Amino acid sequence: MTTPADITHRIHTSSRQRVLGYLARSWPLYFMLIPGIILLLIFNYYPMYGIRIAFQDYNPGLGFERSPWVGLKNFRFLMLLPQFKELLRNTLVLAVSKIVVLQFTAIILALLLNEIRVRVFKRIVNQILYLPYFLSWVVLAGILLDMMSSNGLIGRFLNSLGIPSFIFLGNAKFFPYTIVVSHVWKDVGFSTIIYLAALTGIDPTLYEAAAVDGADRLQRLRHITLPGIAPTIVLIGCLGLGGILDAGFDQVLNLYNPAVYATGDILDTYVYRAGLISARYSLAAAVGLFKSGIGFILINVAYWMASKFASYRVF
Amino acid sequence: MIEEKNWFSRFFDVFNYVVLVLIACLCILPLIHIIAVSFSSTAPSMGGFVTFWPIGFTMENYTRVIGAAAFHQSFLISLERTILGTAINLSLIVLVAYPLSKSSQEFKGRTIFLWIFLFAMMFNGGLIPTFLVVRKLGLIDSIWSLILPGAVQIWSIFLMMNFFRDLPKEIEEAALMDGASHWQILFYIFLPLSLPALATLALFAAVGHWNAWFDGAIYMTKAANYPLQTFLRTIVVQLDLSRLGVDPRDLAQLSNRSVKASQIIVTIIPILLVYPFLQRYFISGIRLGSVKG
Repeated sequence: MTTPADITHRIHTSSRQRVLGYLARSWPLYFMLIPGIILLLIFNYYPMYGIRIAFQDYNPGLGFERSPWVGLKNFRFLMLLPQFKELLRNTLVLAVSKIVVLQFTAIILALLLNEIRVRVFKRIVNQILYLPYFLSWVVLAGILLDMMSSNGLIGRFLNSLGIPSFIFLGNAKFFPYTIVVSHVWKDVGFSTIIYLAALTGIDPTLYEAAAVDGADRLQRLRHITLPGIAPTIVLIGCLGLGGILDAGFDQVLNLYNPAVYATGDILDTYVYRAGLISARYSLAAAVGLFKSGIGFILINVAYWMASKFASYRVF
Repeated sequence: MIEEKNWFSRFFDVFNYVVLVLIACLCILPLIHIIAVSFSSTAPSMGGFVTFWPIGFTMENYTRVIGAAAFHQSFLISLERTILGTAINLSLIVLVAYPLSKSSQEFKGRTIFLWIFLFAMMFNGGLIPTFLVVRKLGLIDSIWSLILPGAVQIWSIFLMMNFFRDLPKEIEEAALMDGASHWQILFYIFLPLSLPALATLALFAAVGHWNAWFDGAIYMTKAANYPLQTFLRTIVVQLDLSRLGVDPRDLAQLSNRSVKASQIIVTIIPILLVYPFLQRYFISGIRLGSVKG
């Protein structure tokens, strides 16, 4: 005779067996994650916990735990900081102009390259274009600093045209152009490849049909090519929004100097100087939190827009 | 494709080739200039006479750079971090991507783990807290400070996860029927099938390690521990040669334009060596990134 107790007993054993059976087979899945999760906890999540120093007067001797709380003092100080508006403006101006100019250049280049019929030529140009992408900003800045120095290549070239040169990298008005142009130099090959990939995705029969209907090159460009890469443009635009506070720390730190802080100093470089040069950890952490907080919202908006307008998913 | 021979089309083709040649030149000439300077003797390069061809050709700048002990040291540190760092990056990519590529039924708790990684990709503690953690762990002046903080490459993990998910399910199911464990499926089935993807991620990780300079600048207090890019930065960008602790005679040499240029070239040679491979995997890397796009 089976009593209710027996049944519950049996259910329990069978569910326990199921769990054991599942674990016997699937424990490696959990085991494999252990090293990654531990590193993530130490080097990603523990620093997130450390953000609390933005609300403290951090003292290295006392650590994250025991440094005294000061509430919003660091943030209030930040808002009153005369540079703060400038930092924010420089960051936005540099980031937005970099995205816009780079994408515009890349689209043009991709369209030009797409019209090239000689394969070898196309490949060589491509390979030259994306070489700088694989070089570090230290290397590229080293080259630029040499070329833009007082008797550097660029100054000499301008002089030979009768244009007086000036100290490019010491001129605050000129500095944003240096940043945008050198950014295009480094990244245009990569961005061009993305658009070229989108262009090869366009159905060639569309072009043949259009040619049969008497569409000339410009008309085919307007009615087939551009609509064909429009989703990619929208996608890059949406995702670009997430990086609108990233004006390029590596690049700016290697190219700027105190003479161009008025237009070149950005949030990230300020965090670096305040925190690691002047050891004002809490203030720097507050600026960092301000940036990563807004950045987090922006990235989520960006992903949301990208999934809505370009049906993009990370996975 | 379509052949058209009206005058506009012809004019455009010529114009197109000319523009692209000019742009390609603009892109590569700075490098050629630096190469020319690096092979020029001191006087013409300091005087600013070198353009795209060496003046007073000499190999001396290179022998000086390569002969310097500080260069040797930092070159070896960079080599070590690139090899060790890439190996660790790849192991973690594979080990994390495999479980996450399973469905929630096969792998209970997948969603939670996925979010742990996703959140860490979207939000971070920022420079200062991260620096303080690395310092607190006693990693300052240790090679591990260059490897461990960025060891988990979350974006690459997601790319690999997508790649694993796109592998045909039937192979795995057949292996399961034969009683294969997850380890066996991963190492004998998944990994051999994903070698091209792994090669792509490995190349990008290696180039990232080779090119990294900022972590070396903040986590290393002694110049003797600088990786090559950080060392290069103190010479060509920061002009803070006092930190390097070299003797004054060498100092004058290091600030020599030609020597700086050869220093830059030597630093990018490893990149140039893998460039043919980079190119091959470049496009596939972008495709990998747009799987599920």
